[in-house]
Amino acid sequence: MAKALRNDVHLAKPPSSQRPHGPKSPTQLDRVIHEPVRLGILSALAVNESMTFNELKELLKTTDGNLSVHARKLEESDYVHCDKQFEGRMPKTSYSLTAQGKRALEGYLNHMEALIKTARDG
Amino acid sequence: MGQQGIVSINDRAQDNLRYIRETMERAGSFTAVPGWGGVCMGISALAASWIASRMPTPELWFALWIGEAFIAFAIGFCAMIRKAKTARVFLKGPGRAFALSLFPAMFAGAVLTLVLFGQGIFSLLPGLWMLLYGVAVVSGGTNSVRIVPVMGISFIAFGTLVLTLGQQWANVEMAIGFGMLHVIFGVMIARRYGG
Repeated sequence: MAKALRNDVHLAKPPSSQRPHGPKSPTQLDRVIHEPVRLGILSALAVNESMTFNELKELLKTTDGNLSVHARKLEESDYVHCDKQFEGRMPKTSYSLTAQGKRALEGYLNHMEALIKTARDG
Repeated sequence: MGQQGIVSINDRAQDNLRYIRETMERAGSFTAVPGWGGVCMGISALAASWIASRMPTPELWFALWIGEAFIAFAIGFCAMIRKAKTARVFLKGPGRAFALSLFPAMFAGAVLTLVLFGQGIFSLLPGLWMLLYGVAVVSGGTNSVRIVPVMGISFIAFGTLVLTLGQQWANVEMAIGFGMLHVIFGVMIARRYGG
């Protein structure tokens, strides 16, 4: 699955300065979401009000650094909200899905379904 | 050039949708087991143990614990739905898988309970209930966080011990098993996995 996402011919990464935060048109894939870890984060948060950094790390079987980078990318796009608190002396970072993130995930799902329908009809 | 490595858009899109669905299911079961619900179940079991110790006959003792089982089931069910936020997500997703995994051991427990009750053998019931409840939790918690099957194993271990001790300490055993174990693990799940 991860390979499938990364190898998608439509998704060669443009220079970071040109990277959009969301799809420019309804027919364009949202490149922010179209990455395994980021898609995993949004999918997990879609069924949970919030999840901690460690929960997401365990669920997605990824590293601290990798998760941190992708979560920040989603945060910059206003797809997730990050809440940092202290539990005793331990820092606790929680993430939740924003309304924009929810819309983006729904749009992505619709896009995938449309691709399947088009491929079948064609 | 061969066709190796070429994957259709249709297949990619289906892979993506499958990944989203599986992640949602895993993420749901990840936190579907309600910690505070377990605490409430434990408290109701502690109360039931105290009341059960004052029951004059084994039949009333049995009836009280059957009633408590229904109360605990209702608490657990409501807490799972509350934690899953919406009944739709709960019933369609990991909650259904969790409930279906619980069912075989719970059904076996119900059958054996009826058989033992019919023969008037009450001494084996506490251990049997804990043992099969533990099996059900281990089975249901296979795809959940590690603490859930650990809780099931604790019930299995304690149930096995109780089966060797007999009914003399039945209410204390029920208080420790269904009461304290639920409270302890419930607090741990609630604190670590969001409620």
